[in-house]
Amino acid sequence: MTFVVAVLDFSVFLSPSPESGANYLTYLLGGALWTVILSVLSWVIAFIIGSMVGVLRTLPSSILSKVGACYVEIFRNIPLLVQLFVWFNVVPDLVPGFGPWFKHLPSFWQQFTSATLCLGLFTAARIAEQVRSGLRSLGKGQFSAGLALGLNIKQVYGLVLLPVAYRIIIPTLTSEFLNLIKNSAVASTIGFVELARRSDSMAELKSTVFEALLAGTLLYGAINLVVLFLSRALEHSTKLPGLVGAKK
Amino acid sequence: MYAFDWSSIPASLPFLWQGMLVTLQITLVAIVVGILLGTIIAVVRLSKNPILSALAAAYVTLFRSIPLVMVLLWFQLALVPPVVRWLFPKSNLDLNLLIAFTAFAFFEASYYAEIIRAGIQSISKGQVMAAQALGMTDGAVMRLVILPQAFRRMTPLLLTQAIILFQDSSLVYVIGLADFFGVAKNRADSTGSQVEFILFAGAVYLILCLTLSTIVRQLQKRIVI
Repeated sequence: MTFVVAVLDFSVFLSPSPESGANYLTYLLGGALWTVILSVLSWVIAFIIGSMVGVLRTLPSSILSKVGACYVEIFRNIPLLVQLFVWFNVVPDLVPGFGPWFKHLPSFWQQFTSATLCLGLFTAARIAEQVRSGLRSLGKGQFSAGLALGLNIKQVYGLVLLPVAYRIIIPTLTSEFLNLIKNSAVASTIGFVELARRSDSMAELKSTVFEALLAGTLLYGAINLVVLFLSRALEHSTKLPGLVGAKK
Repeated sequence: MYAFDWSSIPASLPFLWQGMLVTLQITLVAIVVGILLGTIIAVVRLSKNPILSALAAAYVTLFRSIPLVMVLLWFQLALVPPVVRWLFPKSNLDLNLLIAFTAFAFFEASYYAEIIRAGIQSISKGQVMAAQALGMTDGAVMRLVILPQAFRRMTPLLLTQAIILFQDSSLVYVIGLADFFGVAKNRADSTGSQVEFILFAGAVYLILCLTLSTIVRQLQKRIVI
């Protein structure tokens, strides 16, 4: 281990980076920050759309549930990289209202918009499956009981089923968020300067491959740990009474 | 309204097919090596030696907590070129293909290891005890009793992982390898038909993966023990 540390040159992190007035340490930290911003914003989209699609798939109406199933199949069976290029190169040409607005954005915001939409809608398909299985695990009884109390379907989902289902699927949602952070590195392929892209360019600009990749990898590890810590806290504070994992 | 022009695609089909062969090679190598290595890691992880078990767990955690893009960069920039230069100083191997093979094999091994570990753990203890009572050694119990049943039980999961791997292999774009999507993107850039080539590539992936996952679902119904 001392051998490795002796070979690595950490002073490179303090040398000036392509960003004006900054060094490579803040350059990578800035990349990590963009990774987090991209992931959190995509998560918001994924959570909202994923919940809607997941609910659709459990509705009694067979047409709506088929629409939900189609969404999931399409987004799960095309590689994420291809979807990203669809959002970046295809959608702006095909969608009339979106195209002109998109093409006037600076390239950084074009990349950011495409990556956010792509990761959000891709992850939504996976969240939909988890919301569906969470709702399924509740059984028919709660749904019927809600209706018997005079609630309409919207209220049954909003007040009875979803609040419980979300709490059941927190662990799988956490691992989905960790997946999303890892998947966000795909945005580097369209040039978005997140963490993977920045460690790659640092490796090439400074020819310090090991230092750059090691720092990038450790930063991904650090983000993972923070997310795990936060989700444990969330899981603890929302435990359902009466289940095996509950507080006594 | 956008005017589609699909005319450049037929002439590019032979190139796209070459790219698809590269994609299939990467997928196949990663499946075979990944399952072999994954089985070893899973067995080591469940072994009684705490140091070996911790090493196997560390391998799995490490590969599962970093993005595939970073793994590809590690293999491309830091790991594969020096080893190849040291082992075969004079040969002119296709370095990019070798990087893709090794990166995907080592990366997928960590995912396969977890599937296989769960499969092994799903076999009941009674079977192990019965085999031991018959006088089998630990190795024989694993090889003749546990693994055959575990593999049968996890076949659908292994195949689903293979479909995910087939999709993920498109990420070799990062190291500049011309797989199916890489070729499609190159043709898109050189002919100017971005929209058509990207949509075509997406449609091919969609049809292939949908067909494969339908087959896996049918299989799943048939091999339930």
